[in-house]
Amino acid sequence: MSPTELPPTGQQPTESQTAEPPAAAAPGAPVPARSHRSPTSVSLAWLVAWREIRAQLRSRAFIVSSVLFVVLIAAGIFAATIFGDGFGGDGEPAAPTAVAVGPGVSGIEGLKADPEAFELLAAASEAEALEFVSSGEAAAALLALPEAGPDGLPILLVAQSSAPDDVIAALTYRPTVSLIDPAPASRELVGYLGSLIFGVLFIWAAMLFGQTIAQNTVIEKQTRIVEILLAAVPARALMAGKVIGHSLLALGETALMAGTALVCLNLVGNTTILGLMTAPLLWYVLFFAIGFVFLASLFAGAAALVSRLEDVGTAIMPLTLLIMVPYVLCIALNQDATAMKVLSYIPIASTIAMPVRLMQDDAAWWEALIALALLIATAFGAIAIGARLYSNSLLQTDRKVKLLTALRSNND
Amino acid sequence: MLEVTHLTRTFGAIRAADDISFQVPRGAITGFIGGNGAGKTTTMRMILGVLHPDSGQVSLDGRPVTRELSRHFGYMPEERGLYPKMRVAEQIAYLAALHGFSQAAAANRAETLLKSLGLGQRLADPVEKLSLGNQQRAQIAAALAGDPDVLVLDEPFSGLDPMAVDTVGEILRDYVGRGVPLIFSSHQLDLVERLCDHLVIIAGGRIRTTGSRAELLHAHAGQRWEIECGPAAWIADVPGVSAVEPFNGRHRFAVTAPEGEAAAVAQEVLRQALGRGPVAAFAPWQPNLVEVFREVIVDEPQDKQENR
Repeated sequence: MSPTELPPTGQQPTESQTAEPPAAAAPGAPVPARSHRSPTSVSLAWLVAWREIRAQLRSRAFIVSSVLFVVLIAAGIFAATIFGDGFGGDGEPAAPTAVAVGPGVSGIEGLKADPEAFELLAAASEAEALEFVSSGEAAAALLALPEAGPDGLPILLVAQSSAPDDVIAALTYRPTVSLIDPAPASRELVGYLGSLIFGVLFIWAAMLFGQTIAQNTVIEKQTRIVEILLAAVPARALMAGKVIGHSLLALGETALMAGTALVCLNLVGNTTILGLMTAPLLWYVLFFAIGFVFLASLFAGAAALVSRLEDVGTAIMPLTLLIMVPYVLCIALNQDATAMKVLSYIPIASTIAMPVRLMQDDAAWWEALIALALLIATAFGAIAIGARLYSNSLLQTDRKVKLLTALRSNND
Repeated sequence: MLEVTHLTRTFGAIRAADDISFQVPRGAITGFIGGNGAGKTTTMRMILGVLHPDSGQVSLDGRPVTRELSRHFGYMPEERGLYPKMRVAEQIAYLAALHGFSQAAAANRAETLLKSLGLGQRLADPVEKLSLGNQQRAQIAAALAGDPDVLVLDEPFSGLDPMAVDTVGEILRDYVGRGVPLIFSSHQLDLVERLCDHLVIIAGGRIRTTGSRAELLHAHAGQRWEIECGPAAWIADVPGVSAVEPFNGRHRFAVTAPEGEAAAVAQEVLRQALGRGPVAAFAPWQPNLVEVFREVIVDEPQDKQENR
């Protein structure tokens, strides 16, 4: 460039380039007054959380998978009701259901009209009718009541351990039911189904949202937006926001699934399961909420160790185990009361095992509270570890950070 | 004034920043120039506090820069980063909110900023759908989102077309006019020369020179002239002329003579040249920044240069 071609700007640096210099143009002028104060860490965390939630709710994959899951749960419950005999799993007996009918019973036209389904055994006395039941010859005995029960039918249905749904369905009104040896559903079955339901709900939500957090963390590192964010937000507030946001999402999703199940059970009128499930399901949601915060902190911390999306899988492997092992143990050991008792106190495993025990009526509410307290205590530890990993590794964008280095160094 | 004093940072065996000291005055744009791996990014990250120096400090108007202070710095990192799937306007508003703007004010600010950067039509587009040049504009909006007290921009002009360079240049001047200290790094020396009033040159992790552009250009002019005429082998024989070299189709000669006599030597060269034939141009030689930069860097030992 020849001297004559030099652009005319700035031979006299400070004066020449501001044609209409604002008042503060002179060097050494004071910092212009800020019209806003810097927000607190708490409000920063909420801002971060809100962004995470919005981003997730905008994701088509997330919406589609959620809708799909809701549909699957509903379909499963309806299908089980239509094809199986509720959740009892007894299967439809091939032979007609035998029903002992005591003297003076009326209003059972529904049973008489369907001889292929019901075999009516006429009993001379109430005692004889009851004997049919206790000997197992009849699934239920119908006895006349002096006046109509609360549901409008003057019939008492007596059964051994559980009322046969088909008999009740065939009667015009619901009879009063009395069980000789009430066992609402078998302990084994509840243990098995409960472990499966809570287990699947748990690993599904924990893995889905845990992975989302991990990927999100690495994407922020990979795109270096983390440098811009950290210039404005302390690392801990950033992580807290992430954990809060995804925990709320996970909780909302779990509540959606649980709610779907409860509503559908209500719709198909399966009151046995409904009564059995409601309280444990609520406990589960509580355990999950805290357990997920626990896991989410570790997911964020572990993911911060790596800088490429390809490495996320390896980084969160230990956490995958932390989620899978309790699930597998609960599935494998749900028939072993002692093992379940131990599991129900171990943090994370307790999220599955304690609701199952509550469902089996094996655990008292205070036991659940103790398990919850243990979970909360360890969650604090996990959050501390996660936060340390996170803030020490977040800006190491050019390499993988060793776990111990991240735990030891103090580059907040 | 933003001041950096004795910043040092090593990565393993490599000293990426070695006793870095310079000033970023208010009211002037400071250009931070150096080759690849000279230490620009390391230094800028330390100014922002996203990288901790081993020693040294950064101060603003004499007060050490704490996390609390640096939170009001606007920063554009070397490697661009915004959420790929997030809408541009929401993203800038989010950053403004993180800097303390209310939700409504943040949305408003994002829109104004993006419009002034020519992204008015793209407010609702996700970042990944923008062209690279537009992503770059969005990135600049991100640095300005929080109404920063200080601006630290790492290569803000790379990837921008000349129109965008002018737009961004104007916006940055506006901030500087309000007294915001601004430092930006760049490889595009012509651009730095055009925009910057103050320069910091770094190589091998060390500051090589710093000062106003006029001072630097003057200091490196030396006693040199350029002349456009016919064959010029004879110039070297003029008493007082120490070196002659071809330069842009002209001849550049340096004079080694006491300051007062140098001009006379140059005039003697001109006189002789006119005696030999027509002279198309004759002027004292003014280096441009590229030449100053080369001289500054070449003067230093080569082995330091490739260090990061």
